[in-house]
Formats: sequence, structure tokens, C-alpha cells
Amino acid sequence: MTVTALTTADDVPAPVSVTMTKALNQALRDSLSEDEDVLVFGEDVGRLGGVFRVTEGLRKEFGPDRVWDSPLAESGIVGTAIGMAMAGMRPVVEMQFDAYAYPAFEQIVSHVAKMRNRTKGHVSLPLTIRIPYAGDIGGVEHHSDSSEAYWTSTPGLTVLTPSNPADAYSLLRESIASEDPVIFMEPKSRYWMKDELSLPVQTAPMDRAQVVREGSDATLLAYGPTVRTALSAAEEGAEHGLSIEVVDLRSLSPFDDETVSASVRKTSRAAIVHEAAQFGGYGAEVAARVTEANFTHLSAPILRITGFDVPYPSPKLEEYFLPTAERILDALESWDWEL
Amino acid sequence: MTIDVPTTRRALPQLQPVSFIGADGKTTDVPTDGLTVPSDRTLLGLYQKMVEARRFEAQVTHLTRQGRLATYPSAAGQEAIEVGATTALAPNDWLFPTYRDTAALLTRGVPVTEILSAFRGDWHCGFDPHEYHTSPAATPLATQTLHATGFAMAAKLKGEDACTLTFLGDGASSEGDTHEAFNFASVWQTPTVFVLQNNQYAISTPLREQANATMLADRAAGYGMPGLRVDGNDIAAVFAAVTAALERARNGEGPTLIECLTYRMESHTNSDDPTKYRDAEEVEHWKRFDPIDRLETHLRRAGVLDNDTAEEITASAEELATSVRDAMNTDAEVDPSELFAHVYANPRASLAKQRATLEAELAAAVQS
Repeated sequence: MTVTALTTADDVPAPVSVTMTKALNQALRDSLSEDEDVLVFGEDVGRLGGVFRVTEGLRKEFGPDRVWDSPLAESGIVGTAIGMAMAGMRPVVEMQFDAYAYPAFEQIVSHVAKMRNRTKGHVSLPLTIRIPYAGDIGGVEHHSDSSEAYWTSTPGLTVLTPSNPADAYSLLRESIASEDPVIFMEPKSRYWMKDELSLPVQTAPMDRAQVVREGSDATLLAYGPTVRTALSAAEEGAEHGLSIEVVDLRSLSPFDDETVSASVRKTSRAAIVHEAAQFGGYGAEVAARVTEANFTHLSAPILRITGFDVPYPSPKLEEYFLPTAERILDALESWDWEL
Repeated sequence: MTIDVPTTRRALPQLQPVSFIGADGKTTDVPTDGLTVPSDRTLLGLYQKMVEARRFEAQVTHLTRQGRLATYPSAAGQEAIEVGATTALAPNDWLFPTYRDTAALLTRGVPVTEILSAFRGDWHCGFDPHEYHTSPAATPLATQTLHATGFAMAAKLKGEDACTLTFLGDGASSEGDTHEAFNFASVWQTPTVFVLQNNQYAISTPLREQANATMLADRAAGYGMPGLRVDGNDIAAVFAAVTAALERARNGEGPTLIECLTYRMESHTNSDDPTKYRDAEEVEHWKRFDPIDRLETHLRRAGVLDNDTAEEITASAEELATSVRDAMNTDAEVDPSELFAHVYANPRASLAKQRATLEAELAAAVQS
């Protein structure tokens, strides 16, 4: 992964262990410092610092006019953020949990996504909607959904999801600076993932996927929480003589055809891994796109290793639901490797 | 043990809607609820705008029947609210209208072709919102009430002298977003005025099946903001109520809900048949409360409107109707490539590819 320090060599502090939560917190802090139009609000993001502590300390540092707790109403949060963005602000709002974003669905798909288009480009909505998503944290009902397909099938939205602290920082900074509205999906199970890092950093541009492990036999396409799962599968695969490349999509919409196609043409086999249910899911789009562009380079059908087509289960059933490294490797075995 | 309770409590709005000029054109003896009656000079200006708006509605309805517009939701009968409330706004204030608020857009100075672009099918919003300080008309119900609240919050945070006014209907008052907007606006004390046009029907559903409340203005009390109920067919009352609410907003005293009682004289849009859900007697009853007729009677009685002025106003309304006809009887050119032009600020490769597909199809069509 390419990580560029934003400070000069002399200034660069020694890398320290940084969690994704801390990286996101620093991205918000730096954006608030640099641009007084940036606002942070949502449920419990002020005094508490967010249920995942992503906004910790920001209210104290920037005051309640820049960072505040809103009434508990997601449509209200997104709807008012639209008005603020129309007035020239750059709001960053939190949806607290994936399934809690659903009350805001109408505001997001009917207005956030379309305002620029409706007004022939006269009104931009530089608005970032942070949604902690996906499972594997033992959450109860409605706390573990992967809602990315709803957003990616809506023209006008940019949908990003980091898988590591450096990208979390860099992608969130870019989202806030973007003139286009961004659905910023934070993989909850990776909030506590640590990397040795000196912030601020700039990783690859937000519309680019990244090859996070090189390989020659097959490509695993993953994003957010499943990047780590895919990397584990690649490591295990290596023990069995399989050379697996892992691509972190980072940007779900737009989709980086170039990076993905280059990898698939190199390995000739691809599988997409996500937590969301399979039917009509994001993986179907990826499989279709990649096939259309690379059919003659493929030695095998593109596979989808995903959550099952059932509602997200209770904590004690999560381990049977979520795609694991073993499930990924088992799936790859279904290919005719002689071809 | 006792629980401490606040010692102050907001009074509920008065039951009798505030009305300065009655259906007979005479001054009423309804309590004013603290509002000041506008001058006859102001009322004359409002009268002219209402006459023009009514003529506009008639012309557009006619053009819709001729197939020039895909659909049209007439605001006929509701001119007092749309003209009265919008006129009270300062240029720097922002209006957040809905699909039926064409009279408001007209009052705001939006050109007729730009008002009608959505119904004609050229583009969703035909005007630049920044130019007219007016948001695109919202079609999903009540969503715009939150935009108005957020915009006002931003103005408050920036210390700018801008209030927001948003229209919503009796049907929209059942939506969750209305509740959220009232609550957010009151908690944040935003300079927002909610003008609820209670026109008695949400498409075909009558108010009694929409809300089991004595009056919709009462809802304000539950959110900790003042509510007012005015005669929505008396432009003097509407203008006075909105002016007072805007003054409160500008003074940092927060939002106000104003319920305006009125009646939708036409169908919901030209696509529905109102005889299926309301009887002629009811429509005739409401005709007696027409906002234009009563103001005309009042102004003539007050000696502010004479035949010459009335003729001038009619001529100006006719001129507007002619400009609407001229504009709508011309087929507007649409540019197919604009399909892709305004989706993202940052161009996307996938859209460039789809745009090329369309351009190739168009080029082929020209050749054949």
C-alpha cells in the first residue's frame, strides 16, 4: 500500500500505533481545523464522542457550534445537513449504526444523490454521511447490516469504505473535501485495528482500488471488513502453494475497473468477498462488470463468497454466517484448476 | 417527592383563525392574536400579485389540457397564502417550496418558463436556486421542511441575516419529516417559518381522515414553538402572520408554525377527478371565501382600487398569460448530453463511456 506522509522528512513524527477510530478522529479534527465550514453533528457525537468514540474530544476542542449532539432522528440529521450544505457548509454527519440509517433513506436517495442533477449543477452538496457498518462485533439485531448495495445502486452518490487506519484517515479527508456527497462506510469490526502510522497521511486517491497483496493464481476482491479476511485466506492459500492476489476496492462507487481488470488479467481468476447477502448484492455487479471487460482472459467463473441470503443473524450465529478464510479457500477449490 | 416542572407554558393558538377581511370584504371582529393589519397600499400590491397568479393558474391549466404540460397541480384558491407569505420574505431569505407552490415562485420572480420546466418535462428544476434564493420545489412530501431547517441553522451559525420559509400541506403534516423538522427547528431555535397550507384534501383524502386533531397549529405547542391559525384566504392575515413570524425569527426567537385554512379549488393535478371525492356543494361553499374577490371588495370600499387601476391589473395579468402561452407553445430544445452533465462534480469514467454510447447512437440517427 502506498502511504505518503504529508509533512517533510524532518517533521515526520515516529510512527505510532494508530487505531482506525483514532485515524478517523484525527481526520475529522484536521478537517475542522482547516475549514471553518466543516460541521460535525449526529446522535451522541458531542459529549460522548460517538458510541465508537470516533468524534471523541471534538466538541471540547471546536465548541458546540461546530460539533454537537442532534435530536435522535436520522432523516432529520440528513435532511438538515442538506440545507446546511446548500447554505455553503460541509456537514459530516454520523448515522451511529448501519440499520439506523434507514429512516434517512428517502433524504439520501431522493435529495442527497440528486440535488446536483435536479438543479442542473447549480447546487452541490458537499456532505459526508458516516455509517458504521457490517458485523462481527457481537451486535444485537439491526446493528450489523451491510447496506452498501442500496447506496451503490443510487446514481449521484460516492460510496467509500476503508479497511485500515491509513485509508480511514486519507479517504475521510478526501470525502469532506469533495464537492460530491459521500456515503462513508466504516467497518465496525475494524475500528480497533492498529497500524504503525504517522498522521497525517495521504494514501491512493479515493476513486482507486489498491492491490494489497501480490499474487499470480487468483484475485480476491474485497473491501472494508473482508479485506483482512481475504488476506488471511491468501496467507493460508500460500501454505498450500496458491499465490493469491488481494485487491482492496476502497471505492465501491465509482468502481476502479482499471486496477481490478489489470489484476484479473494477470491471475485469470477472481472471487469477490463481502458480508452482505449475495442475491442482488454488490458482488453481482462486480462479477458482471469484471466478466464483461475480461471474459476472454478468465479461466474460471467469478465466484461470490458472501453472507447468506438471510437477515443478519444473532451474535451466536455470526460465525456461521460471515465469510471466513476457510470458506473462501473452499470456494476456490470449486474451480477447475486444470484449465 | 415532587418533580420540578417548568413554570411557563406556551398558550395554544386561538381557535378562531385570525382574519382581518371577511368573506364579504368587510373588516372582521375576530381577535387579532397580536397581529398588525397591513396597510391598504400593501394590500393593493398583494392584490395585483394574486390576480396575476390566478391568471397564471388558469392559463397553465388550459395549456395542460392542450397537452403542453405533462401534469399540473393548480394552486388556484390558495393565492393568498403563497403570495402573502412569499411577499413577506426579504430578498436574502430563502424559500423552500413544494410542487404546488407555483404562485410563490412567481412572486419570488422566477421566470415562467423556469417555473414550468418540471411540468413541461424539460428538467426537474428549471431555475438556479442561488439566483432566486429558492430551493428546487420538493415532490416527496415534507422533505423540504428539513432542508429549510438546516439552511436556517447554517445561517444562524454563520451569523447571516437570512430566514427560511417552507410550505407544507395538511397531508404532509402526517409525514415523519414534518415532526423531525418542527423538533429540530425548535431545539436549535432556527429562524424558520413553517407555513402549513391546510387545503382540506391530500389528493382525495379529507382532513378528517388525515388528522384527529382540533387544529394542526396546535402541534406547535408540543415542540415548544408558537403556533398560529389564520384564515388562509385572507391575504391580510397571512401577510401579517408571516411578517410577525419572520420578525421573531430575525430576533433570534426561533421558528413558528402558521396553519393557513384554505381550500384547493381544482383537482390535485389534472390527472384526478375531484367529483369522486368531494361534492359540488362544498366547492360552492368555499367559492364564497375566494381570496381575490374579498380583497377586491375591501379595496374598492376603501377607495384604494378604482376601475382604472383594476383594468391596469387585468392588463398586466393578461400580459403574463400571453408570455406563458408564447413560451409554452414553443417546443423547448433539450440537449441529450445533459443527461450525464450534472450527476457528479468529479467526472466519472463509467459515465463518459455511457455518454459516448448515446453520442454514437445520435450520430447514427443523423446519418440515416
